[in-house]
Order: sequence, then structure tokens, then C-alpha cells
Amino acid sequence: MSKSLLLSTVAAAGILLAGAASAGNLTVVSWGGGYTKSQVEAYHKPWLAMGGKAINSEDYNGGLAEVKAQVESGKVVWDLVDVELSDAVRGCDEGLLLPIDKSILPAGDDGTPALKDFLPGTLTECGVASIVWTTIYAYDTTKFSGAKPTTMADFYDLKKFPGKRGLRKGAKSNLEMALMADGVAPADVYKMLGTNAGVERAFAKLDTIKGSTVWWEAGAQPPQMLADGEVLMTTAYNGRIFGAVATENKPFAIVWDAQVWDLDLWVIPKGAPNVADALKFVAFSTDTKRNAAQASWISYGPVRKSAAPLVGKHATAGIDMKPHMPTAPGNFKNALQNDFAFWADHADELNEKFNSWLAK
Amino acid sequence: MANPDDPLVRFIEVQKSYDGEILVVKNLNLDIARGEFLTMLGPSGSGKTTCLMMLAGFEPATHGEITLDGTSINNLAPHKRGIGMVFQNYALFPHMTVAENLAFPLEVRKMGKSDIEAKVKRALDMVQLGDFGHRRPAQLSGGQQQRVAVARALVFDPELVLMDEPLGALDKQLREQMQYEIKHIHESLGVTVVYVTHDQSEALTMSNRVAVFNDGVIQQLAPPDELYEKPNNAFVAQFIGENNKLMGKVTAMNGKNCTVEVDGGGPVQAFNVKAGAVGEAASLSLRPERVEINPPDGKYPNVFNGKVEELIYLGDHIRSRVNVCGHDDFIVKVPNATGHPQLSKGSDVRVGWTVEDCRALDVYEGP
Amino acid sequence: MSDQVTAAAYAGPVLAADGTLLKDRLNKTMRRRKLIAAGLVLPLGAFVFITFMFPIILMLYRSVDNPVVHDNMPQTVAALEYWDGQGIPGEEAFAAMVADLVQARKSKEIGRVATRLNFEMSGVRSVLTGTARKAKNMKAPFKDALIAANDLWGERELWVTIKRMAKPFTASQYLAAVDMRFDIDNNMVMQDEDRQIYVTIFGRTLWISLLVSVMCLLLGYPVAYLLATLPLKYSNLLMIMVLLPFWTSLLVRTTSWIVLLQTNGVINDLMVWTGIISEEGRIQMIYNQMGTVIAMTHILLPFMVLPLYSVMKTIPPSYMRAALSLGANPVTSFVRVYAPQTVPGIGAGSLLVFILSIGYYITPALVGGRTGQMISNFIAFHMQKSLNWGLAAALGGILLVGVLFLYWAYSKIVGVDNMKLG
Repeated sequence: MSKSLLLSTVAAAGILLAGAASAGNLTVVSWGGGYTKSQVEAYHKPWLAMGGKAINSEDYNGGLAEVKAQVESGKVVWDLVDVELSDAVRGCDEGLLLPIDKSILPAGDDGTPALKDFLPGTLTECGVASIVWTTIYAYDTTKFSGAKPTTMADFYDLKKFPGKRGLRKGAKSNLEMALMADGVAPADVYKMLGTNAGVERAFAKLDTIKGSTVWWEAGAQPPQMLADGEVLMTTAYNGRIFGAVATENKPFAIVWDAQVWDLDLWVIPKGAPNVADALKFVAFSTDTKRNAAQASWISYGPVRKSAAPLVGKHATAGIDMKPHMPTAPGNFKNALQNDFAFWADHADELNEKFNSWLAK
Repeated sequence: MANPDDPLVRFIEVQKSYDGEILVVKNLNLDIARGEFLTMLGPSGSGKTTCLMMLAGFEPATHGEITLDGTSINNLAPHKRGIGMVFQNYALFPHMTVAENLAFPLEVRKMGKSDIEAKVKRALDMVQLGDFGHRRPAQLSGGQQQRVAVARALVFDPELVLMDEPLGALDKQLREQMQYEIKHIHESLGVTVVYVTHDQSEALTMSNRVAVFNDGVIQQLAPPDELYEKPNNAFVAQFIGENNKLMGKVTAMNGKNCTVEVDGGGPVQAFNVKAGAVGEAASLSLRPERVEINPPDGKYPNVFNGKVEELIYLGDHIRSRVNVCGHDDFIVKVPNATGHPQLSKGSDVRVGWTVEDCRALDVYEGP
Repeated sequence: MSDQVTAAAYAGPVLAADGTLLKDRLNKTMRRRKLIAAGLVLPLGAFVFITFMFPIILMLYRSVDNPVVHDNMPQTVAALEYWDGQGIPGEEAFAAMVADLVQARKSKEIGRVATRLNFEMSGVRSVLTGTARKAKNMKAPFKDALIAANDLWGERELWVTIKRMAKPFTASQYLAAVDMRFDIDNNMVMQDEDRQIYVTIFGRTLWISLLVSVMCLLLGYPVAYLLATLPLKYSNLLMIMVLLPFWTSLLVRTTSWIVLLQTNGVINDLMVWTGIISEEGRIQMIYNQMGTVIAMTHILLPFMVLPLYSVMKTIPPSYMRAALSLGANPVTSFVRVYAPQTVPGIGAGSLLVFILSIGYYITPALVGGRTGQMISNFIAFHMQKSLNWGLAAALGGILLVGVLFLYWAYSKIVGVDNMKLG
């Protein structure tokens, strides 16, 4: 027994040593694929050119599970994580994340102080937002000869547009979109979802396409499903669809109606090995120039007002990026912001109901 | 029903090849009489087991016809032939008790329950295993398993039983005991048995007739005594029993006898069985117990000088290796009788034998 | 020498050549051997303990562990200890709650408390975090102050939930794992119908595993038979084909099934091209239960074939020949003589495939769609997404008990000695 104790001590020491070795670099964790590429191009490269600490880029699949595991075991190796708003808030509440002092953020290029330059709601106690992203739905234009879908109601109209639908496997954004397709105004969506009747109404709407739905989980799946002809239209993250159009010339189109937008934020796990450099990187990567530059690699919107006018052409495809931003006026008419507070309260119950509904 | 005097089994011009290039069985003709105990004896690869498998139906004949009771069974499935079979490793079904094993052939024949019980009991009694019906085969000794296998092959009263080296796995003592038991069962039931073995003493002990196989051909088909005393060719002479072989050349023919000039020795008078014409090579076969040491002058036409190389005391006889005619592997069995000649290693002796005991045969070089 | 012989003859203790007791001598020799043997197994034993037993024990502990409320709301816990659960508790409980909220906000533990309570009572999270923000400025009477902050503080259900969660250990995760909950009077009742899920999923997991085992048996049995009976040069080739999936990554195999089975995949295209089905009649073969069963059957097939093969190889062909010679037709011979002897292989293969199936995760996640999800997918969901590790542990605990039960049942019915794994 004492021997196995000794062994486990040795093993633990080995892990600590390995951790100490990697503490030399700044470990930045994001979602992989085209999104991480945009960050490498827009943030990491200029950061290194400026003489910043070497970066160790890692991918993950979202959620707080790894952060929680690292913080609770006391062996934190991640310095900076790109998370969704609800996770930034929840992680902060649960003491997994470090509060960030907003005074480190530089003013906008036009001189606006940082606190006024960032869009409302994009700065939280523990998080600094970098982009606005959106769950939209998209379709393959070559599959439609006549009328094309233009509204969320069309997505649910199997008579008008018969064919398979793709939806993310989860309650979030599906329930909201279902209510809006059923005619609920964006402003009333969360009020309605707070009642049993509202939840039932959302599931009833989802029921109408349940039999024709293919469910996806990873962001890379929807463009693939569209390309394979597995679905006629599918919900997706707008950047993924844009990526397929811009870099692979796929004939996909996005429907900007009743979409749900959300934020991605930088957060620092409590106990991160390189807090000072992580904070510097947060300030650097969210300044006006960088915030605008990332939008020339992927169609996610900047969170600084001062960055919006600087958005230009796609870095390689040469497409003008402004009309593809989720925050572009033409796209933003009927958008709903994901309510992190609502989901923090109700995610457990609604996911349980969603899973139960799904299994039936 | 065919005439009871007709053979039960006939192999007519049967050939067998597995690969289309080599014949394992070459043009086999064999009649097996009703009630006969016929043994197929031969070294491994001689074709004897293949013949048995063709008879059982597990291997199709490539050419020719096999008849059972006068009808061709070439195209009859094995389970319709009604032939009992005992396998080398008994092939008792391990998941059934002894009684269930015995009942199996009766059940598949849709026999009534009480009939089955009676027959199983009788079969078990026959092999003296009356109390062992509820046991599993794994709980029996090798000899007991053997008996169960024999009982199972006989329980459905087949006219013909095939046995494929059934005693191979038993130790020597048990094997000899089982030989007698099987022989007695055969005699009391009158069933026809075709038995395959490579053990010549087993073949000689049990059989009415023995078919000696080599190279896909029956070398000799004869009762045991004839096989031993009057081998037809050099292979049989060598394969059955102990044999002194002297190589030489035929120098003269005189009626049934001939003269063979032994290499490095001298002329030997021999009984001509299968020697070629004058001038051709021949081998002489001489059983060790038919040679006399230091015979009285004039008793034998064949007398040679030799030298004792080795003596082995075997109780009832003394095995002497003598160098005769340049052959140093010449064996003489000296009976341990009153007044037998006292030999010592290295001493010079004379050996002699009759013309009839010395058979002039063809030359068999071995495989 | 003769002394020792005499000593033995007197039936006294037997001595070794050097005069020590023979028994001690033997023990000493054996002890050294045992030590060496133990030393050889120790690294593996330690490895298994650290990487296998220890995590399982931790998991089982976590499924009942409930420290959050107990540790972070000590005053409330004490104040509610003697509350009878009727009506709403007295002012002292409210005062304790306010004090705890202030403290928990300061220590940043309020989020954990809120999260824990939210698993039990949906919507409580914001009530707690919201109230905690205001708690510092609250003045007596605290009952009125709390209810003014949020109506829910006046509800009996909230206080009952807090009292129930005050215990450092709880069975509530296990209840949740079988679609049950405590009602307001602490009785165990079924979960609301629109939230029931795990019993269905456990049932489905067993059903899919059974289906996969049966499919593997039906497909694997003839293959194993061929493997055992074909001449060596053919059986070697066949064996390589059986093992080939083993040498390919699980993900590659699973995604290649997607390529084959999807609506516009190879098989559907082929059937449309040959006119078996119409363009509109393309069959949904993936992203449902069928996809899960097909892909898992393919992946798990070797686990059925190998035990079957190793059993069949030991059955000499003479058994079948004996049965035929005894007059049984080939079918009867097979059913009554050959098949019963393969039972240990069938048992081992089926148990292996079944137990592996029960815990399958990646394949159902990729090709299971809606109806092909299994319990592991929900365990992963609670590990990664909802962060309800307690519930994940309880689901895992039930799965573990299920597997142990299966193993026990198998050893009772077939006998573990009768199992042949290869």
C-alpha cells in the first residue's frame, strides 16, 4: 500500500513537472478550425511580432468541464480560454474564473474610452468579449429552383420546402427559434420560455419537424451535412457557413431572420500559470485594430464600436466582409440575443425536457 | 436382400485423389464378406484411412464404385448408410452422458422411449459399463471411453462397423485387453468389421483377413498366418514381423526354386516367389526364428560362416546379431531351450536354413 | 545423520540439516518466493489501482457526496436542523440565510451553492445569486427583506429543498438517475412525465446492446465456423479480414459507415441506381437506432468471432462425423452435437459484446442521431455540458452495478469457468 502511495506521488510529481515545463508558454485555448485560424492570424502573429510571450495554442469543444477539472485539481495549465457568455458568467459565479480589471483595456482608436467603446453587455466580471457570433440557418441554393426560404417560419414549413432539416442537439437556441417561427416577437421569447405553456408551445413547434430532423453537435457538421445533401437546410454558426462559401466555394446561403446571437469571451481560469501575460494578451487582442482584423478571416462581428467601420475585405478570398457580419444592419433586424441569465437558471431543466422529448 | 454369400462391401476400381495430381488410392478392388473382420494395415499415408472414409461417406471416391449389400453407395449421404463407426479419439459427445450418447443414434431413428432404454442398457451391459450410464465421458478412463464408443457404434444394430485406429490412444496393456474384447464382441454379434490400424500385431491378433496397404495399393490380402509365413513381396515381408533381408542377383532357376548370388556372400538356394528372371536383382526374406546356429553338417542346403556381433538376452530367446555374407544386421533368434548353443560375442559360428524358409522376392527400396 | 532419522522416528518436530525446524525452513524458502511473486505483480497492481479502482471509488463517492450546501451555508443548515418542514421556517432561519449569503458571496462560493440547488429546483440559481448581491444591505426583519427581494423566499418548496440539500450525503442523484425525485414532503415520487428520460435510455441501452449481441452472434457464428474449419491458407486470410477492423481507428470506421449509409451515401445511391428504391424513397439508415446498431455490430464483431473461434477450433471434426455416422442428418448433427459444444464461446462472446455495448459512447454519438443515443452519451452530457458530475456519477454507478449483475448472472447460469475468451 505504501508502495502504491509512493508510486502515485511519483506520478503526481511527474505531472507537476510536465506542467511546470509548459508554464513557459502562454496556453491559449479556443474552438479549433477556421475560428482558431482567424485568431492565430489576427491576434497571435502580431502579438509575437510585438515580442509577446510564446503561445501554445490548444483546441477544445466548449463548456466548462476541463476548466472545472483543472481548477478543482489545482493543476491549471490553461491561461486563457475562449468561452460562450453563459459559461463566462457561470464560471465566474462558481469561482472557477479570475475577475478581470477592465482598466487594462485600451481606449478605441477614435479615442472612445474602452468601457464606452465595447457594445453593451460584452464586458462581464470575469470576461472580455472578442466577437459576436450567431446561430442562423442556411441552405444549399442549388437545391431550390423556385422560391427560396427567407424567414424562420419557412424553416418549419415542410409543405412549402419538403426535405430534411438539421438542428443542434440541445435546447439552447432551438427553443427560441421555434417560438419565433411560431410568431413570437424576439422581445417576448424569454418571457414566454419562463412559463410552462411557453415551453410546451416551443416543443409543439419542434414536433412539427421532429421526424425530418438530423441532429448535429459539432460546429463543423452542418456545412458538411449541407454539402452531402443529407439535409436541405440546417441551423449553423454563421462563421462556419461563411467559411465554406468563402474558402470552398460552396453554394450556401444564410437566412438572416430570427437568428440568436451570442458572444465569445476571453476568460482566465483561477490559478492560471501566466496571469500577467494572459491579461496583456486580452488587452492586446481586443483593441480596435485586432478586433477589426479578425473579421477579415471569419465572419464574426467585432465587439468594439470603433472596430465596425474598419472591417474590410476577406484576407484571402477578397470578399467584402461588412455585409456578412452578424452585426451588419441588414442582418440584425430581427435578431435575438441569447439570454445567459435565463439559461443559467433553466438550462438543467430545459435540457432534461429536451432530452426527454428527443428520446420519445 | 442380396444373396448372403455375396460380399457385403465391394470396392470396384476405386481411385481417390485430393488434388487431382497424386492418387492416394490407386485402382482398389476389394470384397469384404459378411461377418468378416477385415483389417486395413499399412504405414501412415498408405491410403487405408482414406478407404475407410470413402466407405463411411466422408470422402467421395474420385473414380470407381463402392457397393454395400449389392447397391452402390457412392451418392448416399453418410447418415443414410447405416454404418457404425468408432473413431480414433472415440468422439464421444462431451455434453451428453454415456446413456445419452448411446441413445443418440436411436433417437434420430425415432425409436420409442422404452425401446431406447432397453437397447442402451443392453449395449452398456455388453461392454460391462452397466452402472456408468449417467456419467459424462470426461469422467471415464480411456478404456471405458473406448468401450462406450464401441457400444455406441453397435447400439443401432448396424450390419457393418468401421473402426479407425480405435486403440491408438491406450497404453500397451489396455490395448491388448481391448483387442480381445473387440474380437469377442465381433464373434458373438456376427457383425462385419472393417478395422484400420498401423499396428501389425493388432492386425494379426484380431482379423480374419488383413489387407496390407502401401502407396495406395493393397500389397497382399490374406489371413494373418499366411501373411506372416508367405509374404508375397518384399514390402509385406519387411512390414509384417521381423525379417532378414539379403540382397542379390538371380543366377539360376530350377522349377519352384532358384539360386541367388548374395552380394558379398555366396549362392543361396531359395523358394522363388517373386524373383525376376536370371540376371535380375532379388531380395531374400528369411525369418530370424527359422535360422539355426551351428547346424549339423548336411542338414541344410544353405550354410554360411558368420561372426557374432551382439547378443541380447530376452528371456524366452536370445537375439543374436550375426555378420553373415557381409550383412552385419543378420538376426538369429536362438530359443532359450535346453541345450541351446552357448554363444559369445565375437565368436565364429555357422548358420543354416532350408530352401522353403528362404523366399526370393522383388526388390523394395523403401519409401 | 542418524540422529535426525531417530528424531523423525520419535514423531517430534522434524529438523533440517542445520538443526533448525524443517517447517520454519520451508516457510522461509516459500516466503522468499512469495515476495518475489508479489514484487512482480506489484507494479501492475498499483497501476490498476491508480488508474482503475481509485477512479471508480471516487466516482461512486461523488455520486452521493453533497458537500456544497453543508459546507457553505453552515448557519442556515444549523437553523433548519429542527424545522419540521411545515409552512415556512421562522425568522432565525431567514437571518441565518442572509448571513450565509453575505459570507458565500464574499468567498465566491455562492455560484456553486446556486448551481447545486438549481439541479434540484429549476430557477433557484438567479434567486440565490440575485439575493446574495443585495444581502449585505439587508436589515431585520430578514424574513420580510428576503421575500421582498424575491417571492420565492416565501415558498415552502425552496426551504424544503435547502434543508434536504443540507445533508453532506444524498441519494437524490440516484433518484434522478431513475427518473424519480423527492416531492415537497420528501416522499420519493416519479419525475414529471416531460422530464422522465433515464429509465427510457437505460432500457434502450439494454435493447441496443442485446440487438448488437444477437447481430454479432448471427453474423459471427458462420465466420468463426469457417475460420475453424477452413484449410490454413484460407483461414489465415479470413482471420486477417476479421482483425482488420481492429487495426483501424474507431473514428475512421465510424465515419466510413456515415459515407456508406447516409441518405445520399453509397448504399442509397446504389439502390436508387439499380431501381430497388425510388429517388424519393431513400432509406434513412444512419443518425438513428439502425445506424448505431449497424456500426456497433461491425466494430464489436471481432469480440464475438474470436471467442467463438477459439472454442470451435478445439472441437475435432470427428464429432460431426460421429453424429452423421450414427444416422443424424447434417442439421440435427449440427444442432444437437456441434452447437452445444460452442456454448462457452457463445456465452463469452455475447457477454463481452454486451458489456462493451452497454458502455459505448463515440459510435452512438456520431451515428446515433436522436433514437440511437445510449446512456453513456448522457453521462458524457452531464460531465461536459451540464457539469452535473454527481448525476453523471450516479448514472455511471448504476451502469457499473448493471454490468456486475450481468457478470454474476452469467456465472450463475453458464459458469465463469465455462467462459472462453481466446
